[in-house]
Amino acid sequence: MNTRGLRSQLKDSVPVAGLCPQAGPYGIQDTLRMGFSSVKNELLPSHPLELSEKNFQLNQDKMNFSTLRNIQGLHAPLKLQMEYRAAKQIQRLPFLPSSNLALDTLKGTDESIGFEDILNDTAQCEVTGEPHIMTEYKLGLL
Amino acid sequence: MATLSVCQPQFGGFSFENCKRNTLLEANITKLGYGLPVGRKTGTTICGIVYKDGVVLGADTRATEGMVVADKNCSKIHYISPNIYCCGAGTAADTEMTTQLISSNLELHSLSTNRLPRVATANRMLKQMLFRYQGYIGAALVLGGVDCNGPHLYSIYPHGSTDKLPYVTMGSGSLAAMAVFEDRYRPNMEEEEAKRLVRDAIAAGIFNDLGSGSNIDLCVITKDRVDYLRPHDQANQKGVRSGDYKYGHGTTGVLTKAVTPLQLEVVEESVQTMDTS
Repeated sequence: MNTRGLRSQLKDSVPVAGLCPQAGPYGIQDTLRMGFSSVKNELLPSHPLELSEKNFQLNQDKMNFSTLRNIQGLHAPLKLQMEYRAAKQIQRLPFLPSSNLALDTLKGTDESIGFEDILNDTAQCEVTGEPHIMTEYKLGLL
Repeated sequence: MATLSVCQPQFGGFSFENCKRNTLLEANITKLGYGLPVGRKTGTTICGIVYKDGVVLGADTRATEGMVVADKNCSKIHYISPNIYCCGAGTAADTEMTTQLISSNLELHSLSTNRLPRVATANRMLKQMLFRYQGYIGAALVLGGVDCNGPHLYSIYPHGSTDKLPYVTMGSGSLAAMAVFEDRYRPNMEEEEAKRLVRDAIAAGIFNDLGSGSNIDLCVITKDRVDYLRPHDQANQKGVRSGDYKYGHGTTGVLTKAVTPLQLEVVEESVQTMDTS
């Protein structure tokens, strides 16, 4: 359980080994692939809710799994996580929208509506990713 | 192409891309002499009471945008489920979206459980959602309904705290309405008495608070039926014009009349057919 609240999700210090957070394969600032960067952008969020929202689903899952582990033993979250991993692999090509039906059913999000379904709905996005770049990234060639 | 974010799949939900730009604008715009656009609020009086057979919810109907009335007859009592209704105060868009979202979620939930939804469920969903957004969703709600366990009334604050009480008021006119409730509320009132009490409480808010005005809407929820009385009472009516600046025929006397016909000759005639298919 996170007692420090949202502030604990801010990075307190930059690790020495990774002084350049956007290092590419050559160890320096990779502007072509990562874009422009600034230290302020990396450390401070632009909105107090940004960090909390980015990690919300992860934190919920962590909490639920740890509760499940405490109640029912290690096998319960392990089995569920295995099923999640299997369902996450059922995807279309990276630039095409996937329905994620199996994953939604497992998580129970097929029976609820949140802001992620109403705002910025990916099914109605006006721009698509560049197919070649996205497939290369997925295959690790980029 | 330059950023890694293009290669990763997009997610829905809130996007914080423009926040830095907005803070920069906010910092500089006062220097230029302009003001930022302000969101439409429902400076409001909303209230609810539990009476013998159910709950009565009441609300005024004015929506303000800063110092201007944006909507003289807006509807602040939102539908959540056939047996649950919710009044909303605060930012108008937030209350509207929040209640619609919870209404959809409750519908899905009740289809899944095959039962009539409970007021406590709606309350729990609302408070969890509002706490998740730490008060940035400015929705102060009065939730009331009748389910298998009887009538229930909750007040929900924008940061996510809730209270289960026999009578609640929210909004800028809440103090005026609460004064009326504290004076005249008794447990297990009859329906007519309860409606009159809510009407008087909202009227107190309307006449004593600048942010509330216009009509009074009531919603009576019992086990068997829901009465949505809109408007229940038109406390503030716009005056009817008693005079008219238009002059009738014959006001000015005609002394002489001279008619000159204008001679016109047809030079050219052309017909353009219209495409009426």
